[in-house]
Amino acid sequence: MNTQNVESSGSHPDTGRWLIKGADLLGEKRVDILVVDGVIAAIDAEITDAEVTTVDAAGQIALPGLVDIHTHLREPGREDAETVETGTRAAAKGGYTAVFAMANSNPVADTAGVVEQVWGLGRDSGWTQVQPVGAVTVGLEGKQLSEIGAMAESRAQVRVFSDDGKCVHDPLLMRRALEYVKTFDGVVAQHSQEPRLTEGAQMNEGAVSADLGLTGWPAVAEESIIARDVLLAQHVGSRVHICHLSTKGSVELVRGAKERGIDVTAEATPHHLLLTDELVRTFDPVYKVNPPLRTDDDVQALRAAVADGTIDVVGTDHAPHPTEDKECEWTCAAMGMTGLETALSVVQHTLVDTGAVTWRDVARIMSATPARIGRLEGQGRPLEVGEPANIVLFDPAAETLVDPENHESKGRNSPYRGLTLPGAVRATFFAGHPVVLGGTLMRPHPAAGGR
Amino acid sequence: MRHLLSTRDLTRDQAIEILDTADRMAEVGQQSVKKLPALRGRTVVNLFFEDSTRTRISFESAAKRLSADVINFSAKGSSVSKGESLKDTAQTLMAMDADAVVIRHGTSGAPQRLATAGWIDAAVLNAGDGKHEHPTQALLDAMTLRQHRAALAGEETTGTGLDGMHVVIVGDILHSRVARSNMWLLTTLGARVTFVAPPTLMPVGVEHWPADVVFDLDTALARDPDAVMLLRVQRERMHAAFFPSEAEYARLWGLTPERLAALDAAGATTAIMHPGPMNRGLEISSAAADSPRSTVLRQVSNGVAVRMACLYLLLTGAR
Ligand SMILES: [Zn+2]
Repeated sequence: MNTQNVESSGSHPDTGRWLIKGADLLGEKRVDILVVDGVIAAIDAEITDAEVTTVDAAGQIALPGLVDIHTHLREPGREDAETVETGTRAAAKGGYTAVFAMANSNPVADTAGVVEQVWGLGRDSGWTQVQPVGAVTVGLEGKQLSEIGAMAESRAQVRVFSDDGKCVHDPLLMRRALEYVKTFDGVVAQHSQEPRLTEGAQMNEGAVSADLGLTGWPAVAEESIIARDVLLAQHVGSRVHICHLSTKGSVELVRGAKERGIDVTAEATPHHLLLTDELVRTFDPVYKVNPPLRTDDDVQALRAAVADGTIDVVGTDHAPHPTEDKECEWTCAAMGMTGLETALSVVQHTLVDTGAVTWRDVARIMSATPARIGRLEGQGRPLEVGEPANIVLFDPAAETLVDPENHESKGRNSPYRGLTLPGAVRATFFAGHPVVLGGTLMRPHPAAGGR
Repeated sequence: MRHLLSTRDLTRDQAIEILDTADRMAEVGQQSVKKLPALRGRTVVNLFFEDSTRTRISFESAAKRLSADVINFSAKGSSVSKGESLKDTAQTLMAMDADAVVIRHGTSGAPQRLATAGWIDAAVLNAGDGKHEHPTQALLDAMTLRQHRAALAGEETTGTGLDGMHVVIVGDILHSRVARSNMWLLTTLGARVTFVAPPTLMPVGVEHWPADVVFDLDTALARDPDAVMLLRVQRERMHAAFFPSEAEYARLWGLTPERLAALDAAGATTAIMHPGPMNRGLEISSAAADSPRSTVLRQVSNGVAVRMACLYLLLTGAR
């Protein structure tokens, strides 16, 4: 019985021979890339081969397949919002060859059974690799550790543990979780939100919340948890990952922790790199998200932190919601935004086009480092001969008018609706198979469903 | 003016036009026949998601004095936990051919959502949303302030702003839509606003507002303001650690008999305002509430006139 993921199981005789012509490798040099049976067989200035299907990639940046450290696929439990099938289609469309599926499903992914179910659904879909995240505590309730060991040893091989959506706020429980996951070289990904300081919180606390009379979500509620958790990680010699860091103060805390040698990694979302709380003045719940949109000062600090490496990864926090959960008054609307299909464009717009990072950096922050944090083998690998053929081809000169109605995700809650963003994903090769070609979703990987 | 959602959006000219119109509407209230035919055949819906008999009655009598048909729709208690109901309710109202919707809602932004989400095409009039705005309250307060100054100076109110006036607003600024709407409107009209509250009841971000902020009520009263406005304090705030006890709140931030006596001793012309309903003995003493300085009842009657003016201007497209 094959107990490995299709993507990490080496070559696939049935994915064929593909020749990517004239791609711009990491935005640095023009190359041809030969993909044979799931593996990069050759990279050269000029490759000629008659027995191939040729993909013209002139002007397109070749990056390793993207890895999203933070995705909500909603299945099981909220199939009205998203399914593994629709979420992974969205991922493929956005250039992702792997996504970490957060544990806040229903039932919560707090047992080996649930994580294996999600893992299996991902393998059946064949659009992208689905790597489940396990809950830190039973039912995300912050009271009792979940079956961390069983999830780690399951077929899903869980390495990232998170109560995302909720904060592991009990300091003792957080300490124990940080210690325990060391058994499996795991990591705790913390949703940093002090619960008492954010009771009823609706938006960033500051000038705009004062005007609008919406209950504030203060930066200190995020920063106090980060400060505590980096100290705990240092104390017990474990590693901690900070989900969706959103404030300037958080950047300074993580920067200081890294200077002191603490094993902390941090993530920023595309929306926190672009949007600010000024948008809340519209009272349109599409801008309601947790943590909330912050100020322009925070946005600029986050961009600088990605540029200098303080923030390690960009994770989407893709959070689809059915229309009725957003088509209402601000305070009763659900929190979250879709992001898989727009992330790379937002990163180009906010980081590449501004000169903050290079395309090589993009490969690091959106592929290599997230795979390394999550200990996901066969993903986030360099584009080199012999490596798995997880490749995205991205045309940075294209423009995309964002229309959520055309998204593969079930969620229509994109905050970029109506915006023109730079760039477009032209092709996504997933384990040697083009799941996206010519900007269009093709067929799932032929090994899909091979349980 | 298509909708009236906030005072922050009002220009000085728009505000003065509303106030001048309200003055004329108040004159109608003095006549033996208190009705104008201006809105005959038009339908005004009072959509109240939050209990407020006082505000609803004020809007209702305003609409009726303009001969409009009034539908009172109390959504309190219906299933509004899911927001879809605001959309559904709105569309139900449109099916009743509502020309204007007067909406009171417990959460900030609901009127703006109603006006801009494309669900309806009626005029939307914000009758108080969450902690955000309560524009007609601010307009009736401005009307009262204009009258207060005109009476002292023996002048007309028509066409005037509130230039040079100083208004002290005391109490739960953090949770108050009345404070916000007054701040924007009064400053637009040229007045100076001082907020007084315990720091726990002052929002983060207050430093961006066009208002002075002081924590000590006596300091503010010593500046000889034209009016002091006391905001209603919810007694349950005490339990969320905003202040230690009602007694301490009343002593530090209440308009006590002693503070009233100090105003009298100083010969101040300061008016005492309150949007109602009052917590006597908490933010305002009975002595202050019942003193000749109190404009509380004048505010109530001005409320009807201001709401007539707003409905009239919104529905007759006078602007
Ligand atoms: Zn989260």
